[in-house]
Amino acid sequence: MRTYADLPGLMTMLTGDEKHGPSATSTLDVLWVLYDRVLRVSPDALDDPERDRFLLSKGHGPAAYYAVLAAKGFIPESWLPGFGSAGSRLGYHPDRNLVPGVEISSGSLGHGLPLGVGLAHGLLARGLARPRVFVLVGDAELEEGSNNEAIVYAGAVGLPNLTVVAVDNQSSRYGWGPGGIEAHFTVGCWSATRVSGRDHSALAAALGDRAARPRLVVAAVQGNAS
Amino acid sequence: MTDMRTVFAEEASLLLDEDPLAAVVLAEISADLFAEAAARHPGRVLDVGIREQLMVSAGGGLALAGLHPIMHSYAPFLVERAFEQVKLDLAHQGLPAVLVSIGASYDAARAGRTHQAPEDVALLDTMPGFAVHVPGHPAEVPAVLRGAVAALAAGGSSYIRLSAQANGQALAVSPSLQAVRSGGRAVVVAVGPMLDPVLDAVADLDVTVAYATTVRPFDRAGLRSLAGASGAVVLAEPYLAGTSAFAAAEAMGGIPHRLLALGVPRGELRRYGTPADHARLHGLDPAGIRRSVTGFLGIVLWRHHAEVVSVG
Repeated sequence: MRTYADLPGLMTMLTGDEKHGPSATSTLDVLWVLYDRVLRVSPDALDDPERDRFLLSKGHGPAAYYAVLAAKGFIPESWLPGFGSAGSRLGYHPDRNLVPGVEISSGSLGHGLPLGVGLAHGLLARGLARPRVFVLVGDAELEEGSNNEAIVYAGAVGLPNLTVVAVDNQSSRYGWGPGGIEAHFTVGCWSATRVSGRDHSALAAALGDRAARPRLVVAAVQGNAS
Repeated sequence: MTDMRTVFAEEASLLLDEDPLAAVVLAEISADLFAEAAARHPGRVLDVGIREQLMVSAGGGLALAGLHPIMHSYAPFLVERAFEQVKLDLAHQGLPAVLVSIGASYDAARAGRTHQAPEDVALLDTMPGFAVHVPGHPAEVPAVLRGAVAALAAGGSSYIRLSAQANGQALAVSPSLQAVRSGGRAVVVAVGPMLDPVLDAVADLDVTVAYATTVRPFDRAGLRSLAGASGAVVLAEPYLAGTSAFAAAEAMGGIPHRLLALGVPRGELRRYGTPADHARLHGLDPAGIRRSVTGFLGIVLWRHHAEVVSVG
C-alpha cells in the first residue's frame, strides 16, 4: 500500500520534474486526506451507488490527483509516465470517460459545484441518504459566476450531503474581502470552517464532520502554489 | 386548443408519476405549470430560480445520480445562455438529458431579440449526438416527449423545440420524413409548424411535401428517395435558414441536385409585432414561401387583374 511519502515520486513519474515537495501543489494534502481518511470509495466498487462522490472542479494541475488515484489503486502507476500524450488516458484536465474513479470531467472553471448540487439532489431523490458529495474548488475558480448560482441555491434548499472544499492559495484577482471566501457562503444554511490545507488531522476532522446542512471547508495554503 | 407548453407540462407531470427516475429542472419559467407535480415529487421537480447555468448543470448532476432529467426554459436562455453547460456538463461528461424549449424563433416577436433564438438548432449541431424534435401540433408533443425520455436510458440526449405556432392538424410522430402529398418537380421538407404555410404556398404546384418532426438525426435516406428524379430539394425550417443544408447536401451527395434552404434569415430584424408579422418579414408566410419556391423552380406566375391565374 502506498503512503503519503510515495506521492512525490508518483508525481515525478507524471511530470519528470524532480522537485515535488508537498508544497509544490496546493491540492496534494487535501486530496490525500480525502482519499486516505474521508471518502468511502474503492477501486473495486467504482459504480457502487452508496459510494461517496468526489468532484475535482478545479481540473487544473491534476498531477496530484492522478498521483493519489494511482496510490489508491484506481489507476495503474504505469499510466503515469505518458501524462498528456496522445496515447494516454491522463490529460492536463481529467476526463471521467477515460479515467476510472474520476466522477466528472473538468477543466473549464465553475462547473463542478453546479454539477455537485444536482448530484447531491439526485442521490437524495433516489433515497441514497448516506453518500456524500465533495467538490474541490479553488479560490480563484470561485470568480466564475456559475458558482454563485449554485452557492445561493444550495444554501436555500439545504443539501446536507454536500461539502465544498475550497483550496485557498490567495490566487483570486481581487480577493474575497475581509470575511474571506466564507463570507460568500453564508447565505441560507451553509456552515463554514477554515483549516490549514497542510494539516492532515485538521483537514480530516473538518471534512469528516458531516453536518445537517451544506458545508464549506476552506483549506488555506501558502500563496503562489499552483 | 391547449398549447404545446401546457401539453408538455401535463405529459412531463405524468412521466414524473410513472417513472421514479424522471426529473424536471426549471429556472422560474413554467414553474406554475409544474406546481402540482412539484408538490407530489418535491425531490424530482427542481426550480433553481433565474439561474440557467445551474439549471443545466444541476440536470447533469441528476444524470450523474442516475436520474433522467428534463430541463426547460425559453430557447435563448436554455440553449444560448447556458451553452457551455450544455456542451460540458451534458455532452462532454457523456450525460444524457432532454432539453425542452419554448419560444421557438419568433413566438415572442413582441418581446424582441432577447427572447428569440432562431440559432438554437444550428448551435446544438456543433455537438454530436443531440436528437432534435420540432413538433408541429400540441397533440404531437406527448409522443415526442416520451420518445425522448425513453432514449435517455440508452444514453441519448434530445432537444425538443416547442412553439406557439402550430399546424391545424396533428400527424403521426415519426423519425422519418412523411410524404403529405406527392409531385414531380421537387420535394419540399416542411419542419414542424412550417407544414401549413408550406401546403398553402404550394397548393397548386407539382411538388412533394414531406413533413418532419425529427430533424436530428436527419432522414437522409428518406430525402434521397422523396427527391426522386427531380433532384430539387427545398427545406422550409422555422429556425435559422440553412440549418439542415449540410444534412440535405450529405443526403443528396453524389446525386446532381439543387437546394433551396428557407428559414429565418441571418441578421437582426429589429422589429416587434406578431409572429405572423415576423413570418411575413422573413418570407416564411405562404406568399413568401410561394415566391421563393416558384423562383427556385423557374415557374412563371402570370398575373391578370392582379391575380395569380396560372402556374407552371
